[in-house]
Amino acid sequence: MTNADMTDADMTDAGITRTNSAPESGATMRTTGSNPLVASGVDGASVSFRGVVKEYGGHRVLHELDLDIAAGEFVSLLGPSGCGKTTALRVLAGLESPEGGVVRIGGTDVSNVPTNKRDLGMVFQAYSLFPHLTALENTMFGLGMRKVKKAEARERALAALELVGLQAFGDRYPAQLSGGQQQRVALARALVTEPRVLLLDEPLSALDAKVRVQLRDEIRRIQLRLAITTVFVTHDQEEALAVSDRIAVMNAGRIEQIGSPEDLYRDPATTFVADFVGLSSVVPATAARGAVTIFGSSLPMRSPRADGEVEVLLRPENVRIATDGRGERATVLESTFLGSLRRTRLRTDDGLTIRMQHAADERLAFGDVIQIEVAADAVAVR
Amino acid sequence: MAVVNGSGVNQSGVSRAGANLSGANLSGANRSGVSGSGVSRSGIAPRPVTTWVILGVVGLVFLIPIVSMIEFTLRGADGGYDFRHWAALVDPANAGKYAPIWRGLQGSLVLSITTVAIVLFLLAPTMILVTLRFPALRRPLEFLCLLPLSIPAIVLVVGLSPIYLTIGRSVGTGVWTLAFAYGVTVLPYAYRAIQANLDAIDVRTLTEAARSLGAGWGSVLLKVLAPNLRVGLLSASLISVAVVLGEFTIASLLNRQNLQTALFIVNKQDPYVAVILALLALLFAFLLLLAIGRVGTAAALRRTTPKKDPT
Repeated sequence: MTNADMTDADMTDAGITRTNSAPESGATMRTTGSNPLVASGVDGASVSFRGVVKEYGGHRVLHELDLDIAAGEFVSLLGPSGCGKTTALRVLAGLESPEGGVVRIGGTDVSNVPTNKRDLGMVFQAYSLFPHLTALENTMFGLGMRKVKKAEARERALAALELVGLQAFGDRYPAQLSGGQQQRVALARALVTEPRVLLLDEPLSALDAKVRVQLRDEIRRIQLRLAITTVFVTHDQEEALAVSDRIAVMNAGRIEQIGSPEDLYRDPATTFVADFVGLSSVVPATAARGAVTIFGSSLPMRSPRADGEVEVLLRPENVRIATDGRGERATVLESTFLGSLRRTRLRTDDGLTIRMQHAADERLAFGDVIQIEVAADAVAVR
Repeated sequence: MAVVNGSGVNQSGVSRAGANLSGANLSGANRSGVSGSGVSRSGIAPRPVTTWVILGVVGLVFLIPIVSMIEFTLRGADGGYDFRHWAALVDPANAGKYAPIWRGLQGSLVLSITTVAIVLFLLAPTMILVTLRFPALRRPLEFLCLLPLSIPAIVLVVGLSPIYLTIGRSVGTGVWTLAFAYGVTVLPYAYRAIQANLDAIDVRTLTEAARSLGAGWGSVLLKVLAPNLRVGLLSASLISVAVVLGEFTIASLLNRQNLQTALFIVNKQDPYVAVILALLALLFAFLLLLAIGRVGTAAALRRTTPKKDPT
């Protein structure tokens, strides 16, 4: 069927709203309970890393990594580039062989199982659709490898494309699709075989900001519907916070902390986590009787410490502009308008760099001198 | 003396045909690298007059020998023009006289097929393997593959003759054994054509995607990589055929009969038919190279033409 002879019914059927744009910028996914892929469900498997070591030419990129992921769980590996998160994913996929340790999928050691026998779905950072096949043929590829009959494969592939809102785009070649559409097809292609684990290797990083948020939310929605175990690699803390059941923050080949997005945000275990998740400022202070005093305010500690010198992790949203001369004097270094709010970097007279988040109508400019104070929330200390 | 004069023209005609062949091969190799990109008039293009002067001079350089060859083959007995030499080629009465040519052509075709097989089943998989598994070897491989360009065929033969003594003793002296040498001489052209295509696709990601979807290595090669390397493999094959059909030095010095050596022999008896065949070989090579440009772009065009969104 060519696009020219598509009827309105076809379009409605495909869940495409009638706008002059591709689904990623205007359409909504058809919410149906009758999708065969959803109906048959995907039995997610648990995943475990035990003491996994990976080296490249003597340089160790994974230090005895331990990680347990429950069946159906969405876990993000978050960290800066070079922290080993992608390597961990590639070891799980069988694309890299570790120097030591054991990787189990569904309780079975897969160390000697090649990638093509691990029953995984994977979406890559780079566009990975086969250029010589249409979107539908791409989606059918994995089923062909599993010797599924052509008619059945076609039906299942169409269902998978419908799941990502691209049923009407089956006859397109990858070069005729936008970046976001290509990643959707890649997602459909990865899901259609009903794999035990879905691996996402920074699938959103090549996309525009708006498309990125839409596809991110859609990935989570689909993951919840299919209850498929998912490992999501990203360097974007916002992405990880938005979609994950748990986040493992990685640094230099180790997991610094693993926990729910809320835990990581409120109770970062290390300065690195605090800095990487939520842009905290680190402020030295003195603890006394379960509280610390910063910029003239006494604040309770989230986890009590012995009296003495501590470092307090201040969230940008806990810093605010003080009125009537209270608080600490600080000079504005830069102020960024972010739509509904502003984020400002300040330097106190003591030389501390503080990040502050405040209402957008409080306009600050480089060199402005203001008084700041800390909201009376409990703070995390180290 | 007409015969001596004719022979002189013919000599230059044959060698010119050879030069044209290798020239066309080079341009073919370059073209495959940029195939698909349309020629657009930009602001820095020379003025029309300059363009036409350049085109005219280059055109003359190519046309004069070819037109001279055509003119030569059409010469009649009494200074007029007719098709008697062309007709003589298919005259059964001359079958014995031209037999070496058909044997030579047959030999060259066998050599073409064997050489293409070497390119497709040895060179291409090696290059894919290097891309995927041993990226550090890419530069050494490139150097190795381009080396034959800088070694004159006559020097190559000096090194090859002792090897061919051994080959002659072990697998025989059949004309097809030349393919071992030709496999080396076509390396630069075939390598360039395939490498340009390898660079244009993300071999690693495509392979990993296919593996993650359950494809074994056979499926990766045949169902994913080969279709996407089609243009490069086709260019490499056709260029190899063109090189093999135009090869004279190695075959002559190793005492094997191929099309070019046969032409040389027949040339001594009948210069006209040799020039006719040189022209036909030239035409064939031209059509081959034309095919390289066409076949790939058609599919690429079909895949990249933007479609209207079905909204």
